[in-house]
Amino acid sequence: MGNEDSVLLSRILTELTLSFHIIYATIGVGIPLMIMIAQWVGIKKQDEHYILLARRWTRGFVISVAVGVVTGTAIGLQLSLLWPHFMELAGNVIALPLFMETFAFFFEAIFLGIYIYTWDRFENQKKHLLLLIPVAIGASFSAVFITIVNAFMNAPQGFDLAGGQLVNVSPIVAMFNPAMPTKVAHVLVTAYMTSAFVLASIGASRLLKGSDHLYHKKALFLTLKLGFVFSVASALIGDFSGKYLAEYQPEKLAAAEWHFETEEGAPLILFGVLDNGNVKYAIKVPYALSILARDLPKAEVIGLDQFPKDEVPPLYIHYLFDAMVTIGMVLTGLSLIYLLGTWLRWQFIVSKWFRWLLVLGGPLSVLAIETGWWLDEVGRQPWILRGIMRTKEAATSSGQVDLMLLLFAGLYLILGVGSVVVLIRMFRKNTVEQELADRASLKAGERYDA
Amino acid sequence: MTLEILGITVLGMFLFGYIIVASIDFGAGFFNAFSTVTGKQHILTKVIQRYLSPVWEVTNVFLVFFFVGIVGFFPKTAFYFGSTLLVPASIAIVLLAIRGSYYAFSTYGGLKHKRYTILYGLTGLFIPASLSIVLTISEGGFVRMEGARPVLDYWRLFTSPLSWSIVVLSLTAVLYISAVFLTWYAHKAKDEEATNLLRKYALIWAGPAIITAAGIIVEMRTNNPEHYKGLVSLWWLFALSVMFFAGSVYFIWKRQAYGLAFWLMVGQFTSAFLAYGISHYPYLMYPYLTIYDSFTNESMAIALVIAFVAGLGLLLPSLYLLLKLFLFNKEYVQGKRDDHA
Repeated sequence: MGNEDSVLLSRILTELTLSFHIIYATIGVGIPLMIMIAQWVGIKKQDEHYILLARRWTRGFVISVAVGVVTGTAIGLQLSLLWPHFMELAGNVIALPLFMETFAFFFEAIFLGIYIYTWDRFENQKKHLLLLIPVAIGASFSAVFITIVNAFMNAPQGFDLAGGQLVNVSPIVAMFNPAMPTKVAHVLVTAYMTSAFVLASIGASRLLKGSDHLYHKKALFLTLKLGFVFSVASALIGDFSGKYLAEYQPEKLAAAEWHFETEEGAPLILFGVLDNGNVKYAIKVPYALSILARDLPKAEVIGLDQFPKDEVPPLYIHYLFDAMVTIGMVLTGLSLIYLLGTWLRWQFIVSKWFRWLLVLGGPLSVLAIETGWWLDEVGRQPWILRGIMRTKEAATSSGQVDLMLLLFAGLYLILGVGSVVVLIRMFRKNTVEQELADRASLKAGERYDA
Repeated sequence: MTLEILGITVLGMFLFGYIIVASIDFGAGFFNAFSTVTGKQHILTKVIQRYLSPVWEVTNVFLVFFFVGIVGFFPKTAFYFGSTLLVPASIAIVLLAIRGSYYAFSTYGGLKHKRYTILYGLTGLFIPASLSIVLTISEGGFVRMEGARPVLDYWRLFTSPLSWSIVVLSLTAVLYISAVFLTWYAHKAKDEEATNLLRKYALIWAGPAIITAAGIIVEMRTNNPEHYKGLVSLWWLFALSVMFFAGSVYFIWKRQAYGLAFWLMVGQFTSAFLAYGISHYPYLMYPYLTIYDSFTNESMAIALVIAFVAGLGLLLPSLYLLLKLFLFNKEYVQGKRDDHA
């Protein structure tokens, strides 16, 4: 097997692992916050439904965390196994946030272990809620630190290269690179957004299946409220990300927007297909790209003509960009309509077809996460470390990547199917109605004992 | 103390921590599976599950700390070990995944299958076996350079008595460490039947553990004479280790002070680990890689050490809380409380 094969196979295996891991990682970052909010509302309102909501989410959450631990360990090791040259270089400059991520996760794991095994241990429910705060903080900070590493790959700084040697390394400067603020913020709020829509999707599907319990209605309303807030935040931060790209990675923005010629007053191309270098069937919004990139309708936006051919990312990232943004818009609209409809008593929001749309919202938000990461990673090509190291120079020379690809594909298939089957089984066996009844009789029994 | 030594000391702590906590975890899973096969499940499963459930993620983090830390402090290891370990490390990841999925699907998800429990138990033997390859190839002679690329010589690895002895040592050590700890834990749980069975396991595996450990020193003589010389010059640490070993076996035999026996066993492995580590100095992989030529730059090293100290400041109190609530909480240990979500 030649080196080109192992580069390609290493890329496929990394993409596979990351695409699988990101589902669990995103949910793992967002759901603790959702549990925290539900439990808080439950304690404040003394409403058993919200407490049970938090409890049931926790049970699902630990399963996704456990699978996330497994896939996270896989990607952590694969970075060194598949990209040894990259890790050798990156280890010198950006190892600090990687190391801190482990601490953040450790912190989360310890308190998660305590939280899930102490549900009825405290008289004061607030004490139990306190234990969740380190879980949520640890989860979010894991995302912050890992995203910093990814930001560094897009905008490396904090070192000088002198004759192939790294000198003047500053780990802190490397961490606070220009890509970091927008990227970290975008990853965090989209994780919260996705978690809210995934949970809303579960609530909506229970209502569709015929359960008319108030519990599910409360769950749906709460999650869509949160989903709306975080999707608006995602859109705002997405706008800042565009401005970051225009300034620091213009080739990525230009490729994602099919902006070929540098010009002032650039239009934004939405959708469309590329046919022999010509854009067809696209919607052109005049001046919109200039506004997105520089806030001014007449501002100049750098096009792909400014870059050598071998430094231009693949143009198909435009489709990924469109998918991500469209899904974001649709979900913002969907949650807004639901909220307005609830307040204004619109009848159609309880109709079957609308609930079906809400069910679709969960998988769609996960798809938006996937397309967003593909956009980020493919949009950085041909570089693994932008401007410093090309992806093809970083890969392993091992000839066994093909076998490992099969091995991991099988593993992820089993883990994916397994987690879906187990989650469905767990919640089917123990329905909300059943559990509420059990808890009520338990309480009555306690009162009797006293 | 130079930064290089400080760095390798930090990593050594993570590695040793992982060896102990992971051995307990691996062995517990194996004993659990073994008891389902031999029909003694009713004796062991409860006490083992109660210990494992809240702590397994913590165990896994020690491993992650080690491999993230080693790339941080010694980035060249990513190149030498990363290039050569693709297959063995991938197999270890898959085995760890089976293990993690067992916790996800069975412990949390309620999916119970006898075959799954057995598979999970067996990973407790295969994971240490596959991870021990890292120690073997660090002894040198198994990696050769083809031009600029390091290549692992599988034939030599699989035919070398040294690599098989290290595999056997990893297995006996796992079973011994785990049995000693669980004897203590079962005793605290006031579960006499489980204590007796686990005590028996501890006594059974004590002999093989010490014999295989001694055997490796002998084999090092032909495989890596330099390392062997280093080991012999640290004879007093091994003597100390043997004394600790004798002490813990004595107490277990006499059915006294199981807690002390556990800590003596930790002392036994600490002194042996120290002797191994010190005599390995300065090599990370004979003869290509030392801690000096693979070391990161000074500013990164200082940043990592600061992060490590700050992180410990956060983690040690949290770990203490975890242990207090589950390991040293009488009601929980004795199974009088189950507050699972």
